[in-house]
Amino acid sequence: MSEHIVPVRVYVVIFFALMVGTVITVVAAYQDFPGALNVVIAMAIAVAKATLVVLYFMHVRYSAPLVWVIVASGLFWLAILFALTFSDYMSRHWLPI
Amino acid sequence: MAETHTAEHDTHHAALAHHFENLEQQREAGTLAMWIFLVTEIMFFGGLFLAYTLYRSTYPAAFAAASNHLDLTLGAVNTVILICSSFTMAMAVYCTQVGKRRGMIISLVLTIILGLGFLGIKAVEYHEKYVDKLIPGHLLPWNPFGPDLEKWDLPAGVSERQIELFYWIYFALTGLHALHMIIGAGVLLVILYLGIKGRFSPEYHNPVEVTGLYWHFVDIVWIFLFPLLYLLGRHVGGH
Repeated sequence: MSEHIVPVRVYVVIFFALMVGTVITVVAAYQDFPGALNVVIAMAIAVAKATLVVLYFMHVRYSAPLVWVIVASGLFWLAILFALTFSDYMSRHWLPI
Repeated sequence: MAETHTAEHDTHHAALAHHFENLEQQREAGTLAMWIFLVTEIMFFGGLFLAYTLYRSTYPAAFAAASNHLDLTLGAVNTVILICSSFTMAMAVYCTQVGKRRGMIISLVLTIILGLGFLGIKAVEYHEKYVDKLIPGHLLPWNPFGPDLEKWDLPAGVSERQIELFYWIYFALTGLHALHMIIGAGVLLVILYLGIKGRFSPEYHNPVEVTGLYWHFVDIVWIFLFPLLYLLGRHVGGH
C-alpha cells in the first residue's frame, strides 16, 4: 500500500473547521442551557474537533487498518477506565470520595 | 545520504534499517509504533481526566467558581495558537512528502515558534495564579495557597479546600500538557536540524511524520482541556 499524500486544500479546510469549532465552543459556554446540556455541547464539539485532527492531520483516514485497530483499542481502554470507576463511585455514593 | 537515488533505492537507501524489507514497511512500522505510544499517552492523561470528572461531579459549584477565575482570553488565544501550530506541523509533513525542503524548514520553524508562544502564555498564566496565591499546597510550610476568597462571591457550601482541589487538577493537567509541549519543541528542534542537513526526502520522512503525530496528539489533549478547565462555569456567572 503506497502512501497517500493529503492535499493542502484538505489541511486548510480542517484548520478553518477547528477555528470555527473553537469560536462556537466559547459562545456556547456563555449560554445557560438546561440541565447538563452545557457540558454535553462542549464535549460534543471537542470530540468533533479531535476526530478531525485524528482523521486528517494525523492521516488515520488514509492509514492501514492496523492503525485503526490501535486507535480504537486506546479509546476502548479509556472507556473501561471511566465505566468501571464510575460504576463503583455511583453505586457507593454513601461513601465520601 | 538521501541522494542515493538509484533504480532500486529502496534496498540501497542509507536510511533503511537492515531488519526491514523496504522503506515502505519501515515507514508503516514507525507509524504503528508511534500510535501504540500515543495509546499509552491516552491512558496517561486519561487518569487525570478521570480525577477531573470525578471531583467536578462531586463539587460542581466549587469547580465552576474556581474555573471562572482562570483567564479565558489567554486560554482561548492559546487554543488558537495550538491549532495554528498543528496546521503548520501538517504542512511540514506535507512539504517533506513532496520534497519541498524550504517549505518544510519554514513550517517546522513556525511550529516551534508557535509552541514556544503557547508555553510563554502558559508561564504568564501560572505567574498570575502565583500572584493570586492559587498554587495548591496548603500543607507546605510556606503555604502557597491562600486566595482572597472574600472577593470571589462564592456560592454557599463551597470551601477553600474544594477550590484548591480544582487547582491541583488544573496544575497537574496543564503541567503535564506543558511538559509534553516542551518535549515536543525539543524533538522538533532535532527534526529541524536533521531537515536542514538534508536527511529527509519523499522516500524517507517517517521521523517528521511521527513527530507530527505526537504534536497533533498534544493539540488534541488541549482541545479537551480548554473547555473542561476554562469554560465549565461561564454560564453560571462568568465574566
